[in-house]
Amino acid sequence: MRFLLPLAAFIVLVGFLAVGLGLKPREIPSPLVGKPAPVFQSPRLHEPDQILSSKDNLGKVWLLNVWASWCVSCREEHPLLVELSKSGIVPIYGLNYKDKPELALQWLGQYGDPYTVSVVDPEGRIGIDYGVYGVPETYVIDKDGVIRHKQIGPVTIESLEKKILPLIKELQG
Amino acid sequence: MIPDLLNTRGRKQMILLLILALLSPLNWAKEAAPVAEDPVIEKRMLALSEDLRCLVCQNESLAGSRADFANDLRREIREQLKEGKKDQEIIDFLVARYGDFVLYNPPMKPTTYLLWIGPFAFLLIGAAILFFYLKMRRRQIEEPSLTDDQHRHAESLLKDDKGNNA
Repeated sequence: MRFLLPLAAFIVLVGFLAVGLGLKPREIPSPLVGKPAPVFQSPRLHEPDQILSSKDNLGKVWLLNVWASWCVSCREEHPLLVELSKSGIVPIYGLNYKDKPELALQWLGQYGDPYTVSVVDPEGRIGIDYGVYGVPETYVIDKDGVIRHKQIGPVTIESLEKKILPLIKELQG
Repeated sequence: MIPDLLNTRGRKQMILLLILALLSPLNWAKEAAPVAEDPVIEKRMLALSEDLRCLVCQNESLAGSRADFANDLRREIREQLKEGKKDQEIIDFLVARYGDFVLYNPPMKPTTYLLWIGPFAFLLIGAAILFFYLKMRRRQIEEPSLTDDQHRHAESLLKDDKGNNA
């Protein structure tokens, strides 16, 4: 009986700690989910004289993947993106964030280019509009141009199968 | 090591070390010198960014962080201040993009009730536990009441006392 109370307190504490271990403090829920994706007009990475407007993508479901050649975790998710683009399920647009075009092009040459189009954001201004704070980040944007999901950090097989692909299917249907 | 400090060479090294230690704060001060063209804007920007969290380093304010991300946001704040925007407008701009998490001073709303009221609730619970514990303890250590014999004895003593005084 004497030890019951400390034991109960200990179990409660362990419970809290266990939950705390599972939390991901780096993943801050974005207030932009459910809101219209910020509009951008930016030069393409491959053809800098051509401007891509995010409004051109209205009417289709698309992914916006924020990447950079200096971003180490981008390399981790890249093979998955290449595979996804080959499957043709959904167009992936790249936002080349705070990068140098020549390094970015070299990087795509080395690891493969899954992007329908990549646009450049050398000063991270589009990034601020999208609330980007850690690359890579991936946004699922629906036919009406509304952000439906934000993946913070690299896309994984698990996140693709459990969240992103089912959501895309639902949005395309 | 310690006897070494007592000879001349050791002492010289000590003095040199002391001088170096005294010099370094001056170097730091130099490094932190503001580089802004407009000191008024810079001051407002710093005041604003003191209360905003850098999302990359999380435990640093935007003002204190040297992360690239914080740099970009400071630039953004500076530019918006130059455009004549009010502090609240800039805070709203950032909250719309990064959520309440950027605020070190989050607003009172259902999701933050626990944050705001929690500490006081815990204080109350703690005070209540302490109160009842002390009450229980007082009852436990209360002196045992007198036996009948002692009671009679005490009464007789009191009576005696009264008699003497009268």
